[in-house]
Amino acid sequence: MIDRRLLEHFDWVLLSLTLVLGGIGILTLYSAATANADIVGVKGLVHLKQSYWLAIGTGIMILLALFSYRWLNRLALPIYCFSIGLLVAVLFVGKEVSGSQRWLILGPVSFQPSELVKISLVIILARHFSESVSEEGFSLVELWKPLIWTLIPFALIVIQPDLGTSLIVLLIAGSVTIFVKIERRTLLCLTGAGILGSAVGWFFLKEYQKLRILAFLDPEGDPLGAGYHIIQSKIAVGSGMLFGKGFLKGTQNALSFLPEHHTDFIFSVLAEEWGFLGAALVISLYVLLVIWGLSVAVRSKEPFGTILAVGLTSMIFWQAFINLAMALALLPVVGVPLPLISYGGSSMLISMGAIGILLNISMRRFLFKE
Amino acid sequence: MDSYLHTVDSDWYRQRVSGALICVLAAFLILLVRLYYLQVVEGPEFRRQSQNNCVRLEDIPPARGLIFDRDGVLLVENRPCFNISIVPREAKNPKGVVHKLAELLDVAPEPLFARLAEVRGVRSFKPVLLRRDVSRDVVAIIEAYKLDLPGIVITVEPTRHYLEGKRASHLVGYLGEISREELKSGCFPDNRIRDFIGRFGVEKAYEPYFHGRRGEQRIEVNALGQLTRVLKTEEATPGNNIYLTLDFRLQRKAEALLSGKVGAAVAMDPSNGHILAMASSPAFDPNVFVEGMTYEAWNDLASNRFRPMENKAIQGQYPPASTYKIVTAIAGLEEGVITEHTRVFCPGYYRYGNRTFRCWKRGGHGFMKITDALVESCDVFFYQVGEKLGVDRLAGYAKACGLGLPTGVDLDKEAKGLVPTSWWKLGRMGVPWQGGETLSVAIGQGFDLVTPIQMLSLISAVANGGIRYKPLVVRRIESSDGSLVKKEVPVPLGRLSVSDKTLEIVKRSLMDAVNKPRGTGWIARIPGIDVAGKTGTAQVVGMKEDNKENPVESKHLHLRDHAWFIAFAPAEEPRVAVAVLIEHGGHGSTAAGPIAREMIKTYLGN
Repeated sequence: MIDRRLLEHFDWVLLSLTLVLGGIGILTLYSAATANADIVGVKGLVHLKQSYWLAIGTGIMILLALFSYRWLNRLALPIYCFSIGLLVAVLFVGKEVSGSQRWLILGPVSFQPSELVKISLVIILARHFSESVSEEGFSLVELWKPLIWTLIPFALIVIQPDLGTSLIVLLIAGSVTIFVKIERRTLLCLTGAGILGSAVGWFFLKEYQKLRILAFLDPEGDPLGAGYHIIQSKIAVGSGMLFGKGFLKGTQNALSFLPEHHTDFIFSVLAEEWGFLGAALVISLYVLLVIWGLSVAVRSKEPFGTILAVGLTSMIFWQAFINLAMALALLPVVGVPLPLISYGGSSMLISMGAIGILLNISMRRFLFKE
Repeated sequence: MDSYLHTVDSDWYRQRVSGALICVLAAFLILLVRLYYLQVVEGPEFRRQSQNNCVRLEDIPPARGLIFDRDGVLLVENRPCFNISIVPREAKNPKGVVHKLAELLDVAPEPLFARLAEVRGVRSFKPVLLRRDVSRDVVAIIEAYKLDLPGIVITVEPTRHYLEGKRASHLVGYLGEISREELKSGCFPDNRIRDFIGRFGVEKAYEPYFHGRRGEQRIEVNALGQLTRVLKTEEATPGNNIYLTLDFRLQRKAEALLSGKVGAAVAMDPSNGHILAMASSPAFDPNVFVEGMTYEAWNDLASNRFRPMENKAIQGQYPPASTYKIVTAIAGLEEGVITEHTRVFCPGYYRYGNRTFRCWKRGGHGFMKITDALVESCDVFFYQVGEKLGVDRLAGYAKACGLGLPTGVDLDKEAKGLVPTSWWKLGRMGVPWQGGETLSVAIGQGFDLVTPIQMLSLISAVANGGIRYKPLVVRRIESSDGSLVKKEVPVPLGRLSVSDKTLEIVKRSLMDAVNKPRGTGWIARIPGIDVAGKTGTAQVVGMKEDNKENPVESKHLHLRDHAWFIAFAPAEEPRVAVAVLIEHGGHGSTAAGPIAREMIKTYLGN
């Protein structure tokens, strides 16, 4: 049933990169978890859970590579509607965690629909753009559909509220749109609208979100409040120096100076223990992953595949970039997980799902001739 | 699908991907540069911060050594000082709490707000000091309103307490907060910001002995800076206790005698150089320096025209006047310009060139020998001795007597006085020495300048047979557990260049000066005790031309002479030497003599 050529073209590099990053994540979580289990006595075992998620993710990745991704083209709208449905549902029946409703509980597992919506948005945008792409670029009028498709999930995630994910959604949609080229005028219009929107949006931000942004601008202003994460993350990263403090020897992490050390600030733990050499290696792995994703886009000989690959790659890129920049105190603290490394089932499954689709596109590049 | 092929081709996509690739690589490059900056460039600093982060060192300041007098009477101790601080994080609303605190204590809130604002940027769980050294009443008020003052904490730290207040303040000295420059200098490796160190007197000179060694406590803290456990405690080592050479009974007496006057009174044991009393008037209260002085209070002290901050015994420089005749006598006898039997006629003046030098006794002394001249302090006699000696030979003897150089007492800011020579004048003023000036110098006027402690050292040497000892203010230093750290032994600085015979003549003359009714020191005699001494009346008017510029109201006081009296007793076996100087006190015998007499009486009276 499966074409032999499919196996021949299986993208082992992409798979390896994914699994290596996942493995690094589990090691780092092990350090974060064990160090804290001693002192704090809670948490613990996150590395075990994460390895289950990595296994399940690998399964989903393979599964998504099996059928032809062309099906996604046909099912784009139903998938999109389904994920929007979940987003609406989460507002009513979602579980509230630290002030925002992001989680949907399905029996034993909880799930963040906002993660799924990233992929379904990319799919529907890829379908739309692949049918209408032109060398002149899109004008504002031609973009009304993609705009609506983007703004619906964006708005739904903003009111959860989850600022980080909603920004990621915008960035992904923006990247895909700019990739397929839009008129300069349109670009200026949208950028202007974005700036205006964020200025207006400032007044609707919750107090803690404003504080985080202010804290980023002046972390020393309230070093134990909002600025605390930034300062401690910088200290953790910086104190790693060239060679790091060694595996399991990170003191920032061990004494719980680092908040969210297994999710948003996992990279700080890693950088502290492995130093510049280790941290630069991990960043390089992300560079490779993103370059590989783009090469998949180029090698796919049909537009839907190309745009889809670019969209999925941009999703990984933006999450990695924002998370790393946040850990390095280049950006305000926004809750964006580091793909494949941060603890969290939804994030892991969606990242691996996206890579599964990339594998799918990569495998089937020979099916389309120029 | 065919439709799009007409519009774009795969090369177009390749181009678009290349663009995306460049953006991506640029973005990651930024991250790598930032990573390099944080970990490699700033790494060591963050490593240090991370170490402070989890295991914090709490300082345990050492208790400063105590000060006793020679008999073990406690003079300076440490008392608890209550400080009010605020932990901003616990206060939630620090400004509101501070405002409430100010209301409760009935003080202006602005200085407290200023304190709070100063430490912005420091971890907010660190207590911020609001007020230092509050009274127990204030502590009671705060305890009573504790619930209304979240985050307010009261801490106790040892503070210097000078039990005797102003007494012996110039010798004991005072403390001051260490400056940033001093901390950076590396001279105070064990000190921290806000520490107090010796600024003056024994407190300064013996700072290394007083300080002790800082202890520390390694504590583990959580992310909020709260203590989770104590890892290690290293107790502080208290500073060493210092026993002064002071006889406090005598010190008290000397200060009582000086009260209301401006001047100094010092006493020494001639056999070893121990300072038995060192009084300088007016004095200051060293307690105010640790209690936190206002700018105005400091200004009052610093600009007071009687200079309370100056230890006049070692810093004050005055013309020695007739007390200097001891030096001239020694020089004359030793150089052979006169002998014991040389007779000089004093008509009350001496003509030198076209100038007339007066004797203090207008009518003249008649025929004088050296002993008579010392007893009656005949100026004319010493004019002639000086003239025969010349200024430079005289200066050689003065220097051998320890004048013109610091005595080396272990106290700060000792002045060295001035012994003029012809070279000195030429170098300093560019004018050759005038012969007439030698005459002034020979009777201790003119350019001559000495400190009371130099004259004390000189009279002690005369008393003990010619040995000059370094004046000692500290007798012994003990560690806090009582074991001996250091015992100060007498330090001979040199001998007066004087033969036993000459010294005998001088001593006999000084005894007669007090014990013969015609002697200028007659007022200082004590029945039953042989006191030997020399008066001095230093003219202020002739020398200080700038007096005319002084305001009229101060003129009267400034015109009066400085009064000197230096003495030792008992004459045969001297146990105490004293030097007294009263600024603008008038005549040496009447202003300074009785003070010297009472001091000797007090010391030998027991």
